[in-house]
Amino acid sequence: MSRTFVGWPAFPRAAAAATQDMQLRSNVTRATGTIRGKRAKLVTERPDWEDLRDSAAALKDEVLAHLDRYLLQAEEQVTAAGGTVHWARDAAEANRIVTELVRATGEREIVKVKSMLTEEIGLDNALEAAGISARETDLAAAIVQLGDDLPSHVVVPALHRNRGEIRDVFVREMGRHGRPAPQGLTDEPAQLAEAARLHLREKFLKAKVAVSGANFLVAETGTVVVVESEGNGRMCLTLADTLISVVGLEKAVPTWRDLEVFLQLLARNATGERMAPYTTTFTGVTPGDGPQRFHLVLVDNGRTRALADRVGRQALRCIRCGACMNICPVYERTGGHAYGSVYPGPIGAILNPLLKGPDDPQTASLPYASSLCGACNEVCPVRIRFTDVLLKLRHEVAEGDAKVKHPVEKAALDAVGAVMEHPAAWNAAVRAAGRVGPLMPRKRLPGPLRGWTDTRNVPEIPKESFRTWWKRTDGGTK
Amino acid sequence: MNVALFVTCLNDALFPRSGQAAVTLLRRLGVDVDFPSAQSCCGQMHWNTGYRSETLRLARRFVDVFADYEAIVIPSASCGGMPAEAYATAAEAAGDMGLVRAVRELVPRVHELTTYLTDVLGAEDVGAYFPHRVTYHPTCHSLRAAPVGHRPYRLLCAVAGIDLAELPAQQECCGFGGTFSVKNAAVSGAMCADKARHVVETGASVLAAVDNSCLMNIGGRLDRDGHPVHTMHLVEILARTWEDGPVPELPLAAGAVAR
Repeated sequence: MSRTFVGWPAFPRAAAAATQDMQLRSNVTRATGTIRGKRAKLVTERPDWEDLRDSAAALKDEVLAHLDRYLLQAEEQVTAAGGTVHWARDAAEANRIVTELVRATGEREIVKVKSMLTEEIGLDNALEAAGISARETDLAAAIVQLGDDLPSHVVVPALHRNRGEIRDVFVREMGRHGRPAPQGLTDEPAQLAEAARLHLREKFLKAKVAVSGANFLVAETGTVVVVESEGNGRMCLTLADTLISVVGLEKAVPTWRDLEVFLQLLARNATGERMAPYTTTFTGVTPGDGPQRFHLVLVDNGRTRALADRVGRQALRCIRCGACMNICPVYERTGGHAYGSVYPGPIGAILNPLLKGPDDPQTASLPYASSLCGACNEVCPVRIRFTDVLLKLRHEVAEGDAKVKHPVEKAALDAVGAVMEHPAAWNAAVRAAGRVGPLMPRKRLPGPLRGWTDTRNVPEIPKESFRTWWKRTDGGTK
Repeated sequence: MNVALFVTCLNDALFPRSGQAAVTLLRRLGVDVDFPSAQSCCGQMHWNTGYRSETLRLARRFVDVFADYEAIVIPSASCGGMPAEAYATAAEAAGDMGLVRAVRELVPRVHELTTYLTDVLGAEDVGAYFPHRVTYHPTCHSLRAAPVGHRPYRLLCAVAGIDLAELPAQQECCGFGGTFSVKNAAVSGAMCADKARHVVETGASVLAAVDNSCLMNIGGRLDRDGHPVHTMHLVEILARTWEDGPVPELPLAAGAVAR
């Protein structure tokens, strides 16, 4: 079984451990800093950048408002083009469908590319249980899989690893899964890429079945669109006999003309490139060219739950560019694993609770994994207001239907609120603060507040509050 | 003019000097400022932690206390952003349309301090003198919630004698985030450590901002590490004049002249 995020600790614990890992932090800081810089430069090239963001957000909202219509249209088109469409309510159903489809081909070794959704639903382990080995071919995903690691970023799943660590994984693991790494492999990027190319090419040429994800699904023609940097996706999408694309419901866009908006935004915002090196589009089956059997598995797995949330549904606009995590000061210090999901960073902090419901301690901790600095709002290509959704989700935990509750915090904040509401009580409290101030430990706070004093002192509480001063001096006039 | 100071609960209890400086400065600029003592807290801590019913009660209180003032001035961008950012949403969710209307009517009169100085009073040079090396941290809320833009820089640049040092990576959050600082203390502490390091790199003897909450965070780290950098709300710099002279416990800026 490959590693999964099942049973992952809640964010504060996982994050605290990650902040102590200086190698991890240096890897993540360097990588996100590089991508941030490239993105910032390319975004300024486009005078219409803000208009593109407006259009993208509006298009996604249109799709989400009429999802049933666009998905049925896509199904009709895919079917007319010789493909087969399957609908999966949840992870188990999606895994069962894909497993059955692979089993029907008789193949035991298949290739995969570009799919966070299959990671979300745990497809690899489901296939493995059925005796089917699925090898990742997207370079970063392959690095993660070879190292029995977990993805930490939506665009660069191995972002938390540096060149030396990748070399070590290649040397140690490639031979166990196919063609070994070349002798004397160094950590030079060109050498690492060549080692990956040789190892993966063997897989492409052998595999009869490929599983892919998709960036977009164009409803008017039923066309699946995969955007990538390496061309490994195109190998999967064109060389296999059977192609199974596992796609989230929210990936639909109405027309090719709408696709244009997203293709202008995605690469610039994701990797700081003007255009992605490979954009592959395929529609059903073309006799004699490419896969001769095509299956589209449309997966819900919580998406309709998210859609029902009036504030939260904007998270379904996400096109997985990763800009929110690249800019996030929290992500930069924890890396992606702390979020316990294939979707880390600000989008993970909102999307996971929306998809799963904030009913377990790990998921319920995610809306709090943010200082609410709002930097993510500013870079999102589809204008997701992360901070609005985070606050809404916190409210669900604090006062709403979520099963996870914070009774001590609620009692404390209720008490503070009650005092603040009553002028006399608040007056007395502020005065009292000045009296107990000198008694307060400045380097070690008690109870739930002690995290503050792990790294910071507490300010001295002045003997005289502002309101006392105002009263004593009659507004500073005497 | 009928102007109220909403000093904020944090400044009231922990940073009264900022409130006093605001009073001094506003008076100097000809504003007759009042402090309605029935005020308490904007409710941001409750709002940001998800407690909306408490926020709603504090919003009602805010509206009651300040309804009759022509202007409400707040020496904090994060608290200053609350009425516009949260009150109407909280009231709407609770179905209190009366409060929604009252909030909408009030919000245009609620001003973060630096915005009030530049946009309402039309002041940039407020007659301040501060011959010390200062670096300025633009807090997240001053960038995004109550966006004050370049106003604090314009005000600081006009201060006589000041030696303004640019803070590296200034737009990055200091890690405070209200209850985030205790709920995710490790990450918050790591963010704060980087911010404090950048502050020290500038060689400034004063770190200024428009939010004492963030300054309390960064200052807490500087203090713990033994760095003698003072944290000051921007208004404390703007309030000082030639008559006050340099701050005795601070080193003079290079090339500073006393009159």
